[in-house]
Amino acid sequence: MSGTDGSTFLRMENLGLAYHGKPALEGVDLEIRRGAITALIGPSGCGKTSLLTCVNRLIDLVPGARAKGKVEFQGRDVLDPRADLFALRKRIGMLFQRPNPFPLSIRRNLELPLREHGLRDRAELAATVERTLRDVALWDEVKDRLEKPALALSGGQQQRLCLARALALEPEAMLMDEPCSALDPLASGAVEDLIVSLRGRVTVLIVTHNLAQARRIADDVALLWLQDGVGRLIERGPAAAFFAQPKEEITRAYLSGERG
Amino acid sequence: MSRGRAADRLLALAVWVSVLAVAAVFFWILGSLLWSGMGRVTWAFLTTAPRDAGRAGGIGPILVSTLLILGVCMAVSLPLGLGAAVLLSEFAEAGSLFGRAVRRSLDVLAGVPSIVFGLFGTALFCQALGLGYSIFAGGLTLACMVLPILIRATEEGFRSAPSEYRRAAAALGMSRASALWHVLLPAAAPGLLVGLVLGMGRALAETAALLFTSGYVDRMPESLLDSARALSIHIYDLSMNVTGGDPNACATAVVLVALLLAVNGLAAWMTGRWLSRRVLPA
Ligand SMILES: Nc1ncnc2c1ncn2[C@@H]1O[C@H](COP(=O)(O)OP(=O)(O)OP(=O)(O)O)[C@@H](O)[C@H]1O
Ligand SMILES: [Mg+2]
Repeated sequence: MSGTDGSTFLRMENLGLAYHGKPALEGVDLEIRRGAITALIGPSGCGKTSLLTCVNRLIDLVPGARAKGKVEFQGRDVLDPRADLFALRKRIGMLFQRPNPFPLSIRRNLELPLREHGLRDRAELAATVERTLRDVALWDEVKDRLEKPALALSGGQQQRLCLARALALEPEAMLMDEPCSALDPLASGAVEDLIVSLRGRVTVLIVTHNLAQARRIADDVALLWLQDGVGRLIERGPAAAFFAQPKEEITRAYLSGERG
Repeated sequence: MSRGRAADRLLALAVWVSVLAVAAVFFWILGSLLWSGMGRVTWAFLTTAPRDAGRAGGIGPILVSTLLILGVCMAVSLPLGLGAAVLLSEFAEAGSLFGRAVRRSLDVLAGVPSIVFGLFGTALFCQALGLGYSIFAGGLTLACMVLPILIRATEEGFRSAPSEYRRAAAALGMSRASALWHVLLPAAAPGLLVGLVLGMGRALAETAALLFTSGYVDRMPESLLDSARALSIHIYDLSMNVTGGDPNACATAVVLVALLLAVNGLAAWMTGRWLSRRVLPA
């Protein structure tokens, strides 16, 4: 597809994760192509969220969680304790299932991370705020109320604001954890269109429960499945082939709605 | 009328009666105080020194002393309280032994009678640290007393800030410190305010702990190391030890209540302003 040159953006090797010694994820080998939209699908509890949070090390916030294996990004291992999390999370942003704008004004929501990453110039800040809000088609809706609380926005608007907040840092990749599932169909469609518009510019790894959505937007698909209580990668590949001719029995059953 | 409706009405009635009862008690106290004390509260009363053991004259030095003691108390307890609350809520893991031990001790401390704090203050600040009967000693003792309340309320405030904010901030590459300062603190502000108001209220109303630490000299203090008399002690002294002191005791009580209301109002106003600059509540 357009803009995806096929080079590897990130590679997971034998990635595993355990909560309080109990493994939740094991032996995941997955390559993410630069600029592509990779959909991560699978039943509830199979470790999709856990996998995402390994990539930006948000897992560090969870007491008792331990990752093993390797997440290779730009020749370095993300899981290395010495990794620069500040830089890593600037380059790989995240969008959560529930919109989570800060309880601050719309403008401050966008400015706060920018300031944190060293942008101080007022004019530049204002320009970035406008550009990213236009990027997520929110500018016309909020331009007169930038000083109003972000929490007063609708769910869909909040999620787009969160996307704008992440995009303002000009990340190379975005992790998205079911970003549309808490939204009504209309708002969900708007966010989905935005995700598609990122193709080629930003590498996207998106978790979704919505197979139709995965079909619509994904370049690549990966299926996680619970085996003996541990999440494993069952099948992965280009979306067209994945949906048309799945190789694994589990995939076939899952896609036809018999399981999961 | 169906039984359900009747039950609803009964409930509504019960709620209203209790609300009215509470309000009535409040206004009764306030009313009787104002009735007997308000007439004497004049500018002169607020600014002149007491004469004839307080039967005549005003409460100027006492008002100044009270504010100084409160100032010392807040200057010490606010930063300490905020720091401890941050430590407890953000850095001590939820179930850790350290966190639980500190929290339990604070809860016990918050319930300790003030006279115990008074004795402790006398022993530590007045004697061991050689501050003698002084505004300093009184303020520090009050700080010890107020700290548990302040810490626990502030900690609750921080805890009630959804952990989503922490994750969102972390995912944006923000440091813990700036997430704390820019996001969690505004979100915790209401809790902080409650702690502050409760703490100041307790400090202003305190008599027993101050009797032993700041003393009851009713002269205008010249430094923080002078002994001084707080409003609550003045009221106590006038009504217990001075025959004919009741009218001025009432007037002083009016001033004390007014001060309390003013402090509450000021705290609410300041938090509101601060919030509207940073958070803009709807
Ligand atoms: N903080 C945690 N502490 C302990 N166990 C956890 C924690 N978070 C997740 N788990 C466990 O890890 C496993 C995978 O959870 P995860 O949230 O990654 O699944 P998921 O695929 O995202 O599920 P869903 O589709 O419901 O969001 C589950 O068994 C879950 O119970
Ligand atoms: Mg999940």
